[in-house]
Amino acid sequence: MKILVPIKRVADPDNANKLKISSDAKVDTTGLEWKPNPFDEYAVETALRLTENGANTKARVGEVVVVMFGPKEAESTLRAALATGADRAIRIDANDADLDGDVVAQGLKAIVDKEKPDLVLLGKQTVDSDSNQVAQLVAEYLGWPQATFAATIRSEGDKALHVGREVDGGTLHLKVTLPAVVSVDLRIVAPKSVRSAHTAEGHAYPDGVRFAALMAIMAAKKKPLVEEKLSDLVPGATRKIEYTSFALPPARAAGIKVKSVQELVQKLKAEAKVL
Amino acid sequence: MMSHTLVIAEMHEGKVRKSTLSAVTFARQVGAPFAILVIGAGAAKAAAEVVAFGAQKVLVCDDASLGNYVCERFAPTVAALVKSLAFDIIAVTASSYGKDLAPRVAAKIGAGYAPDVSGVVVDGGKLTYKRPMYAGNAFGTCAVTTPLQVVSVRQSDFAAAEASGGASEIEAVPYAGPDAAAAHVEFVSLEHGKNERPDLGEARVIVSGGRALKEQFAAVLDPLANLLGAAVGASRAACDAGYASPELQVGQTGRVVAPKLYFAIGISGAIQHLAGMKGSKVIVAINKDADAPIFQVADYGLVADLFTAVPELVTELKAQA
Repeated sequence: MKILVPIKRVADPDNANKLKISSDAKVDTTGLEWKPNPFDEYAVETALRLTENGANTKARVGEVVVVMFGPKEAESTLRAALATGADRAIRIDANDADLDGDVVAQGLKAIVDKEKPDLVLLGKQTVDSDSNQVAQLVAEYLGWPQATFAATIRSEGDKALHVGREVDGGTLHLKVTLPAVVSVDLRIVAPKSVRSAHTAEGHAYPDGVRFAALMAIMAAKKKPLVEEKLSDLVPGATRKIEYTSFALPPARAAGIKVKSVQELVQKLKAEAKVL
Repeated sequence: MMSHTLVIAEMHEGKVRKSTLSAVTFARQVGAPFAILVIGAGAAKAAAEVVAFGAQKVLVCDDASLGNYVCERFAPTVAALVKSLAFDIIAVTASSYGKDLAPRVAAKIGAGYAPDVSGVVVDGGKLTYKRPMYAGNAFGTCAVTTPLQVVSVRQSDFAAAEASGGASEIEAVPYAGPDAAAAHVEFVSLEHGKNERPDLGEARVIVSGGRALKEQFAAVLDPLANLLGAAVGASRAACDAGYASPELQVGQTGRVVAPKLYFAIGISGAIQHLAGMKGSKVIVAINKDADAPIFQVADYGLVADLFTAVPELVTELKAQA
């Protein structure tokens, strides 16, 4: 199976509460580190699991290609994905300011038309814009089926995927025939969430995403990374959504500490009037 | 510009989901005439549930092949209606259904998509949206640049519309058939928890627990939730550890909730969790770590061992009932 995994870098999500808003109402991420979008890391891990025998994670059965939109300095994020096992990388040269989910989806369609993967696998949302849209958009542009918010994936002979989607109140199971677009949710990296056609039933992975060994990080520097230009792929693409300003959320007024359960109940009744 | 809004209803087990009424509230705020589309098998019967909300029309697309939601079977009909009836704003509540369906519809009709918005401002026919980003640590103000716009709205920020009386005209609309892609996707099953409690999105009170509850998650929280008629929620850590079912997760990537009263029990308060609940009216935190970040957003904090404090709370509430 050949899998295309679009990835994005985001300002350190664990320190997102340290964001500042500049005087011209823009988001100021100064001092925050760039990190791969966590959901995209899960997508890379999922792609690796789908293209291997879980008992031998060194050998790929198929190919994993990672793709990113962004400036030259974003290539370190692609190299990090190569170090964990992806085979090659594509950077689509673009300024962050020219991108929105729709431009990215159109660019991905152009890459898919060239690369002809069996599966486009990506995170369900990026944790900076929290939009949750690229998988659905690119599925429509390609005319492919979509399975969003996947918590489990089982590959059936590399021809079809059984996907358990996390939906409000439960799990919705779909079977998609490849080629398809799948977006992944948090629990896709649980030990038994993903099983390729090459992996024995019952195989359990370590929880979470795999880390690259030092040797692999060195080797990743030699893996192919090619550059494309957004303007060549989708000439004249323009954003369909424009942000004019940003603001910090209103702060919650400081609360109080109560000393006992009795005091808590009394406050909830008499003061907050919610009981 | 004359605008005209289409609200896409969500159906579940033959009924219109209450979450739909958040998108109706959005449509009322936009102020333009609006229609509600009830789409799914059994829609003809369910349509009566939404005739008293001030829609010009309730459009019904009832087809036996729409028994289970599959995006590729639903999206074409929405797109066809936007064209034939000249809607320019398409709104849906940002449930897992709305989040799956709305972008595909947007791509189909060449519309820009404003996802998961928490507010709308109408100024001379131009709409600007407010939406939370960075796990709720910033709010962006944005506008869609295309003539057609698709919007998904947060249930936690758009209160369910109240019936306004009257009776919208019900009109059957044709099923536009499936996308070609629908031949490559098959609905298999929907597992949903046998949950007798209110839905997290609709509950007045939510009792949420963290990893600290361990295997005692249900044993400790259920008596309190039962007593208060509350929904039960959980932190990601509690779900990942298997102490709580994944659909209970509250947070940036789980459910976003805004009840009148939210209990955070044994939850430290990671920013991803706070993103899902800090719109709650009153927040109570019970945690034995006095420095836990949850106390920075809690209206009432109790530093205590939850294994004794929660049963004590149940006893106290019963005594005062």
